Amino acid sequence: MTLLAVAGLHVRSPEGRDLVSDVSFTLDAGERLGLIGESGSGKSMTALAIMGLTPPGMTVSGSVVFDAPGPGRTEVVGAAERRLTSLRGRVTSVVFQEPLTALDPLMRVGRQVAEPLRRRRGLRGRALDAAVTAALEEVRLADPERIARAYPHEISGGQRQRVAIAMALACDPALLIADEPTTALDVTVQADVLTLLDGLVKERGMALLFISHDLAVVSRIAERVIVLKNGTAVESGSVDEVVNAPRHPYTRDLVGSARRLDSVLDSLLDGRTP
Amino acid sequence: MTRPVLEVRSAGFAYGRSAPVLTDVSVSVTPGRSLALVGESGAGKTTLLRLLLGLVRPTSGRVLFEGKDLAPRDRALMRDFRRSVQTVFQDPYSSLDPRQRVGRIVSEPLRSLGLREDMTARVAAALDAVGLPEDAASRYPQEFSGGQRQRIAIARAIVCEPRVLLADEPVSALDVSTRVRVVDLLHELRETRALTVVMVSHDLAVVAALCHEVAVLERGRIVERGDAAQVLGAPRHAYTRRLIDSVPRLPRP
Amino acid sequence: MTTRRRVPRSATLIAGCVLAGLVLAVAVLSFFWLPYAPDDTSGDRLMPPGLPHLLGTDKLGRDLLTQLMIGARVALEAGAGSVLIGGLLGLAGGLAAGFATRWLDDTISALLDILIAFPTVLLAMLVTAAREASLGSAVIAIGLAMSAIVARLTRVLVKRVLGQDFITASRTSGTSWPRIILEHVLPNIWPTLSVNLALQFGLAVLAEASLSYLGLGAPPPNASWGRMLQEAQASVFIAPAGVIAPGVLLVVLVVGVNLIADGVRDVADPTRRRTR
Repeated sequence: MTLLAVAGLHVRSPEGRDLVSDVSFTLDAGERLGLIGESGSGKSMTALAIMGLTPPGMTVSGSVVFDAPGPGRTEVVGAAERRLTSLRGRVTSVVFQEPLTALDPLMRVGRQVAEPLRRRRGLRGRALDAAVTAALEEVRLADPERIARAYPHEISGGQRQRVAIAMALACDPALLIADEPTTALDVTVQADVLTLLDGLVKERGMALLFISHDLAVVSRIAERVIVLKNGTAVESGSVDEVVNAPRHPYTRDLVGSARRLDSVLDSLLDGRTP
Repeated sequence: MTRPVLEVRSAGFAYGRSAPVLTDVSVSVTPGRSLALVGESGAGKTTLLRLLLGLVRPTSGRVLFEGKDLAPRDRALMRDFRRSVQTVFQDPYSSLDPRQRVGRIVSEPLRSLGLREDMTARVAAALDAVGLPEDAASRYPQEFSGGQRQRIAIARAIVCEPRVLLADEPVSALDVSTRVRVVDLLHELRETRALTVVMVSHDLAVVAALCHEVAVLERGRIVERGDAAQVLGAPRHAYTRRLIDSVPRLPRP
Repeated sequence: MTTRRRVPRSATLIAGCVLAGLVLAVAVLSFFWLPYAPDDTSGDRLMPPGLPHLLGTDKLGRDLLTQLMIGARVALEAGAGSVLIGGLLGLAGGLAAGFATRWLDDTISALLDILIAFPTVLLAMLVTAAREASLGSAVIAIGLAMSAIVARLTRVLVKRVLGQDFITASRTSGTSWPRIILEHVLPNIWPTLSVNLALQFGLAVLAEASLSYLGLGAPPPNASWGRMLQEAQASVFIAPAGVIAPGVLLVVLVVGVNLIADGVRDVADPTRRRTR
């Protein structure tokens, strides 16, 4: 079943520059799609347009249609803010790159996780506390009670990103959009967070739109990828196709660069017993 | 064995009265043996780099340049040190003064060290060495992309022909294809200018491409150290192993 | 903000120079030529604009144009003097706090807070008590009050710049702190600071006006626009020129100085020149 259909999406800046031009794709329920591109490729703007969150002054045209079991078919482009608010959280939610700015620095973690649970599920008191603990446990945070009492700056970057994921999942969205969710993290923490996301998406049968500049990271978690360059989709296909038989020169350069770094490392790692 | 250019000997460091960031750390930089400092964020890599740069002084232990203690008062020694040890930062947007032209930015070490002879020619040569066009000198940093800005920062670092280049995550803020090109550039400079690179990085591929030796830090201590091939090929410490397993890879054909 | 950026850069600057230049020209002219002597009360009271008094007269029968021209001089002196004192003191204090260690920074910040909370009028009375009631005393008082605000802004701006990597790069290049301040810190805080100083210039002119109304500013016959405004208040419906003339010039000067500050920033700031 098609959950999200993006057709001919265009985003134009106030200065008249095309940030996203004619991007089209569909995403089925439970499917994982990677959006690859370097800085300025329009990948984040595409995600914002899908959420109806483009900054003021941007002109969005084309069509972004959600077809989720609850609210039914919704066209995001040109929709009223109230209609969009009802989509956010329940149908789709986002995890951003920098968990420190995505969380309110002056609010305890527990209250921030509680907020969407209270609003969407109507939980109060004990039930709410229990739900917060459960949500933090689900993102494999050890000692959830302590984390719930902490302020964002008192926990590590990896823990913050787990909290952000817990908040994003609080209302059981049909689609999770992850915008460079591991870029600011240490490599080992990145690996853990990717494993966590992978598991959660599978368990819940959620669809995932994973945005990253790192082909290796995307290929670890997505089934299909779209390669964006200067706002245009230059290539799309299964991870296997794109990584092993890139057609567009830009994708070839991208894959080539990643492979070169891999091979340098491999030559050193050789002789290591697996 | 050649004498180390730069050495940290059983150094400890703490900010004020808080818990120590570094405990009993010893690292030496031998000419021609590029070194990577690897570890989690908060492991003390950047603080160690700041010690090596003479920006902070160790709470205990010593920092030696050419076998002599770094002393801010000893002007001749400090001048020699500044000329020999230069640095490149992670964020190419914060490391260049937006209100100065590139030529002025790149020439700053020359001006500060009093090497005013042939300044224009030296700046041009440095810009050329990092693959930037000649007219770059008269432009402002914001006219350049992230990769080009990092090249400008590298040009500034090599303009006074240092022997050691200390780099804090020099390519991690760059896109993948740009990253490869800047790594290539650093590799080339390492070879052609006899530069010894000391690099903080969590990207093991970049480490493998540029460094002969690796020191692994965990919670302010060095837990493993040795040849890159040996440390990465046969890691002894659990953290090193986890780091190697965490490197994201493209699926093989 | 956005509309201003579409105007060609120099237009702001030119407009500012024209407006402020107008007041400056009047002030300069006042040294060489005045229609009447400042204390000449020979005219009828509250005459409407016309001849022989172009703008009319005030309630004492003094020529309004004469008062206005002298007022321009006083306004410029008050603005420039206060900004000079406040700007230099504030910059020095702000730099000291910005570079200071934790406890020194806290001490300076606390002192600044006290100074900011201190009423300018009280400050002016203290200065007047120590010296005499004059334009100089008023300027010193306004400058002191201003310095606290400038210092607090400078401190924040300095701290922000010092956190940038290019400062560390400069240090590792062997550049001395005084050179770093001159080459990196000042140029990077100046755009924001100069706009604030222009704003303070306007406020200083207004502050001098209210101080001289209280008898804490320039004594007569040195006419100040502020005192003219206050004196003409009672007769605003009978002789509106007495309020309109100094009011308009005050606005012209304040707007002009602000436009100049914006214009200079736009022209001199390389980070604004290219918007991609």
